[in-house]
Amino acid sequence: MTDLEQILLIVGMMVVTFGVRYPILSLSGRVALPNWLKTALSYVPVAVLSALSAPILLMPEGQLDIAIDNEYLLAGLFSIAVAALSKNLLLTIASGMVLFLCLRFLF
Amino acid sequence: MSVSTRRTIFIAGARDTIPMIIGAIPFGILFGTLGISAGLSWWAIMGMSLFVYAGSSQFVAASLVSQGVGGIVIVITTFVVNLRHGLYAASLGGYLSGLPRRWLLPMGFSLTDETYAVVIKRFELDGDIDGRRWYYAGSACLMYGNWQVCTVLGMLFGQRLQHFGDLGLEFAMVVTFIGIIVPLIRTYPMLLCAIVASGVSVVFNFLPHKLGLFAGAIAGISIGLLLHRYFPPANSSLVERSVSDD
Repeated sequence: MTDLEQILLIVGMMVVTFGVRYPILSLSGRVALPNWLKTALSYVPVAVLSALSAPILLMPEGQLDIAIDNEYLLAGLFSIAVAALSKNLLLTIASGMVLFLCLRFLF
Repeated sequence: MSVSTRRTIFIAGARDTIPMIIGAIPFGILFGTLGISAGLSWWAIMGMSLFVYAGSSQFVAASLVSQGVGGIVIVITTFVVNLRHGLYAASLGGYLSGLPRRWLLPMGFSLTDETYAVVIKRFELDGDIDGRRWYYAGSACLMYGNWQVCTVLGMLFGQRLQHFGDLGLEFAMVVTFIGIIVPLIRTYPMLLCAIVASGVSVVFNFLPHKLGLFAGAIAGISIGLLLHRYFPPANSSLVERSVSDD
């Protein structure tokens, strides 16, 4: 790519990325949203973060891997249990990481 | 709000983002490495991190450049990959109403998966707008600074730091997401939302441009909205609610 092409690429990427993020952030605070939309938005954190996490746990190498030697899945299930029982974020992160690193490097 | 209170909240935002930083380090380094091998100039790689600031789309862009794909296609792809940020923006906007533009502009610019995950948890608990903005600022500043440093490290030492990708540090990010999601799941519609979003995202993971993730999110939100209508959360709580709950 020439220098000009690279500059245009960065500007284009910046415009579309900022164009998705800022206008919605700014508008949704200013206009009154209908109730159904507010309800839908209350499901966004759980939906998006689940959709981000599940493929990493279930298919760390790119294909479905439901097996005892998949340390992502084992440590993930363990962390879900810790989070459900303790509701403590730091404890969940610390214990999950310790188990993950042990599974990864000790076995 | 006093200066010291603001500083405390700013630091709390940064501190709560540390697990995300650990998860983002290998991605940043890998992006710097990939950019060089794709044939991008050092200033263009740095420019992407500084001005676009959207990790997964930068990754996709670098790999498309290396395949000789044209700029317009890359920009359109970037738009599709970052569509999920629109969901975050809509979800956060209501918590930030009334903030002046000089705050909303940098907040919009620095809205990433990681900062969204960290701040949404806080926003639901903290009713104070001043607390929210400084917490957001703490999270975003650390995340942004880390991304720039890792990009530089990747460009300089990429070949020697390759093994960083094998450590499985992205698990730090996932385990943080788990710690955030699970306590939010207090009703059956929310539980089904998580299960459907996970399932659809895995099934459609083969789709390019993170569209599987987007499909999973939309499916999860839809099922939640549908069940919410027929099973009002008040009657479908998974846990016995005590007075001190929430």
